Amino acid sequence: MFSKFKKKENNLHQKERKLAFLLLLPTIFIVLSIVIFPLLANFWISFKPISLGDLRPPKLIIKENVRGKLTNKKETAEIHYRYRNSSAKYDLQNVIFNDIIPKGFTVQKVKPIRTCQVNERKLTCNLEKVAAKSSGKIILKITTNDNWKKNKDNPKKTKPTSSYESKNILTSFEFTFDNFKKVFSASEFIQVLKVSIYYTIFGTAGALLVGLFAAQILQKSFKGRTFVRGLLLFPYISPVIAVAFSWVILFDPFSGVVNSMLIQMNVIDKPINFFGQKYTDINIFGYLFKFPLALSMVIAFEIWRYFPLSFLFILARMQSLPEDVYDAAEIDGASPFQQFYYISLPFLIGIISILFLLRFIWTFNKFDDIFLLTGGNAGTRTFTVNVYEQAFAISNLGAGAAVAVVIFTFLLVFSLFFIKYSKKEAF
Amino acid sequence: MFWKYGLFCSIFAGSIWGAFWQIIFTMMGILTFGIPLELNVNQMLIIGLLAGIFYINCQKSISIKIHLIAIFTMTLLVYVVSFGKPYQINESLNNINIFILIFLTSVVTWISINFSLNKMSIGKLSRYDLENFYIKLMWGLGLIIFILITLVPFYIMVMTSLKNQQSLILNPLDFSLNINSDFKTLFNSYIELFTDFNFHLFLINSFFVSCVTVFITLFFSIPGAYALARLRFPSKKLFSSSVILIYLIPSIVLVIPLYAIFSQIGLRNSLLALMIVYPATTIPVALYMLKGYFSSLSSEIDDAALMDGLSRVQIIFKIAIPLSKPAIISVGLYVFMIAWNEFLIAFMFLDDPNIFTLSRGIMSLNSSEVPQQHLMAGAVIATIPVMIIFLYLEKFLISGLSAGGVKE
Repeated sequence: MFSKFKKKENNLHQKERKLAFLLLLPTIFIVLSIVIFPLLANFWISFKPISLGDLRPPKLIIKENVRGKLTNKKETAEIHYRYRNSSAKYDLQNVIFNDIIPKGFTVQKVKPIRTCQVNERKLTCNLEKVAAKSSGKIILKITTNDNWKKNKDNPKKTKPTSSYESKNILTSFEFTFDNFKKVFSASEFIQVLKVSIYYTIFGTAGALLVGLFAAQILQKSFKGRTFVRGLLLFPYISPVIAVAFSWVILFDPFSGVVNSMLIQMNVIDKPINFFGQKYTDINIFGYLFKFPLALSMVIAFEIWRYFPLSFLFILARMQSLPEDVYDAAEIDGASPFQQFYYISLPFLIGIISILFLLRFIWTFNKFDDIFLLTGGNAGTRTFTVNVYEQAFAISNLGAGAAVAVVIFTFLLVFSLFFIKYSKKEAF
Repeated sequence: MFWKYGLFCSIFAGSIWGAFWQIIFTMMGILTFGIPLELNVNQMLIIGLLAGIFYINCQKSISIKIHLIAIFTMTLLVYVVSFGKPYQINESLNNINIFILIFLTSVVTWISINFSLNKMSIGKLSRYDLENFYIKLMWGLGLIIFILITLVPFYIMVMTSLKNQQSLILNPLDFSLNINSDFKTLFNSYIELFTDFNFHLFLINSFFVSCVTVFITLFFSIPGAYALARLRFPSKKLFSSSVILIYLIPSIVLVIPLYAIFSQIGLRNSLLALMIVYPATTIPVALYMLKGYFSSLSSEIDDAALMDGLSRVQIIFKIAIPLSKPAIISVGLYVFMIAWNEFLIAFMFLDDPNIFTLSRGIMSLNSSEVPQQHLMAGAVIATIPVMIIFLYLEKFLISGLSAGGVKE
């Protein structure tokens, strides 16, 4: 009896397991094919000498021309086929060329006779190999025969077909370490690493601190609080392209509001190119130091755009803290700063550290913002912008993929930290 | 210690608020009237300081009359201190607008001082009151600064889109709108975007891609989330945590292989490609958010339904989905926003102007040949739908965002 019951339960479990698998299957499938597979493919590409141009597979280009007049029966003409390998790098193998000759023609001669033959109106040429960049010609001498009809028969009516094999660099087994050598040995590697780290640390910490401050402000209830809370989320929810370009226009050196305003109010005497100037000299107590202007502006944008997120999370956490804790502290005579320092902060430290790690990862991976603001110029090239720069600006896909591998390695390390901490915090 | 006295606090608050509002209103004046105004922080700093001292001394006998006297005295003082030439502008421009500007500065400064120094005694303050004073001051300043820095770029965006090229070059600060000008001149950039730059196509494309993305994402993630929340199966924990990990993977790491593969199979330059890639990036987020919601529902209903002989699939359709309608709507809208705002993949994949999405279309406006106001008009067009969705469903979205963590 008991065993029967257990069997039934096992059966149910099995059914449930099957169903869960079925329900998750579509998700697993799409994530595997669009996230995991490309991730592996990225490793593959990073070891390959591949440029953007290699993505277009080599093709045999054929042009057909008729020389001579075909106006009457018993006339001779020549058909010229010119073929060419479109690729400058890769040979075409096992090239076979076909065309059908219309009924009204008789083939007199084929050139080159060694490779081509005509079999019942079908021309077949076995060209074997067409080397990179090379081209060739096939000539057919034809005469119009008795079946020929003026409007019906034109040799160009049938399109020549061809079949060939070519090496596809994506799937071949040719590997190289050049991409990684190039990425690591370049003098800019240290520079890119430095910029990435500055950007990530200051962007993350800045957004968190500003978010914490905003949450403190909105913690107090006042008229229009919901409205202000919604308003502060605007930078975060707007399309990045819209807000990035409005910043660019706001800080434009020629027609930007900020520069004009600063000049108007006698703060500066000539316009500053905020997003195009790598360094600006700042004089503090006679000590001149170089301030990385464009990078700071990009960080400022990052803080402006992402503080709403930290603010939202921190506010949500703060509102879950019971009021009476503060009331009790008030009775005990704790001052507001003491309340913040001894009650709010310890309560928030968990969410803050999780947010820090999460934002750290996302900021490190941020591409759009920097790309739209500076294009990675003026000392703002991070790893992510470097992926674009290598792969699409210099057209070296392999090197771009190698940079992406570097990013992924960092990501993996950060994620391990994240998992370790988020387990503690039950995020 | 002198800084522990109410008098010092009144001086401090008065001068800070005076200087602060002077800066803000000078900028506002420049931007709304389009005339050059010189910033003079010191005069309002001193007037605010005096107002602060005045307030703390007579706050017990305060009345409407005293409020009015204080405000008008402050306004008058501005004229006296600047020898009748506030903002250092010419006599001819010294009109009613300037008076209004100065008057408003005085009003707001006075209100702020009232707010900061309310019920404060002039003598020595306790630590509690002192800290409260500074917190109140920071709260007020912070709130206004936050609102301003959030709004300014959007204000510039909208105003630039309504200007024309000549006036922008002539005076970049002139954001005064000519209210008398007709609809056509005011919205000229928008009209040109829709007639000459195919923006109606971009709008349709973006809308189409985003809707399909929402549909596919929900279709995939609702059953998946239900399975993760309710069903028992081995390695479920591993599944849940790998969902988070997958949504930490950025598109920039995937863009090269996706570009290569989609080029090879001839899918790259098509909207279909976006409709395949976008759901893959949004499904993990949706799964995570929905899983959280499904887990919060009581599982007793499910058990009861199972007893009544409903299958799990029936439960999903008849119980789980109807019960979590608000969550599903907010997740759907959130996914819509992600797809609508997406830039990188659209920028890399689309070459054909007929299938541009809005982000890609705006990027194509970013050249020296296209005037600035067109770019900003494009930005406004892309922002408005997101704003509408957001304002309409703010509560849903905020609870959804803070419940489930967020993907860019």
